[in-house]
Amino acid sequence: MASVVPLKEKKLLEVKLGELPSWILMRDFTPSGIAGAFQRGYYRYYNKYVNVKKGSIAGLSMVLAAYVFLNYCRSYKELKHERLRKYH
Amino acid sequence: MNENLFTSFITPVILGLPLVTLIVLFPSLLFPTSNRLVSNRFVTLQQWMLQLVSKQMMSIHNSKGQTWTLMLMSLILFIGSTNLLGLLPHSFTPTTQLSMNLGMAIPLWAGAVITGFRNKTKASLAHFLPQGTPTPLIPMLVIIETISLFIQPMALAVRLTANITAGHLLIHLIGGATLALMSISTTTALVTFTILILLTILEFAVAMIQAYVFTLLVSLYLHDNT
Repeated sequence: MASVVPLKEKKLLEVKLGELPSWILMRDFTPSGIAGAFQRGYYRYYNKYVNVKKGSIAGLSMVLAAYVFLNYCRSYKELKHERLRKYH
Repeated sequence: MNENLFTSFITPVILGLPLVTLIVLFPSLLFPTSNRLVSNRFVTLQQWMLQLVSKQMMSIHNSKGQTWTLMLMSLILFIGSTNLLGLLPHSFTPTTQLSMNLGMAIPLWAGAVITGFRNKTKASLAHFLPQGTPTPLIPMLVIIETISLFIQPMALAVRLTANITAGHLLIHLIGGATLALMSISTTTALVTFTILILLTILEFAVAMIQAYVFTLLVSLYLHDNT
């Protein structure tokens, strides 16, 4: 009976803080690994908020809000000149 | 103000990498597919809407023209969703770029015309001369019809670009005017704000109408040629 779970198979919340760098380095960074990560993330969101019996507008709105926020971050450099100031 | 007005139309590039690819691909995330007979509300709504649009648009074609259904439905979905997403604050609209609209219009128009020339050569060439023209006018009319044929893809692309760009610019300008007027005279600012609300409603309509018009015209060119 293994009393110590190997580091690679632990979930993120079970990893101790000191083991964090080695845990991150053990993750799968190959293209198929990254694609798998995106796929898991997408299906996690989709199955929680959209693929339910009585889905609401919140599932779509959160995606659009994140889109607006990312675009704001992208164009922050041009936007910071437009703050409310007396002299520009 | 001059530089600020047009910075929202620059193609987004982050650290030299084309971010615009991700932005163009983003609307595809909003149309999930489902293999089930009874799917979730989101997918059901989209399937209903798609069925409505495809029936309305493809019923005029014969069986050869109906092979273009997938192409035309993806076209109207893409243009509609891209235009509507562009109405969100700070977002980038790919259909404001003439390059992209030309890239959509020219191949589709050329495909329809070349299909017509290959399969129904005589009928396609007959389009250049309307019925019942007086004999002396024939050479001039053939030239005019040729010009009007070749201007079709340009008109498709420029129409979409100009409509969406002009709408975005108007929203920017009137929004800026409202902000500037707030400290000077609140009543005028309220009037301008009402104009802004009406303009936004118009822009929502224009976003969808432009998609419809683009696809409808391509479908018309197809109908002429199949």
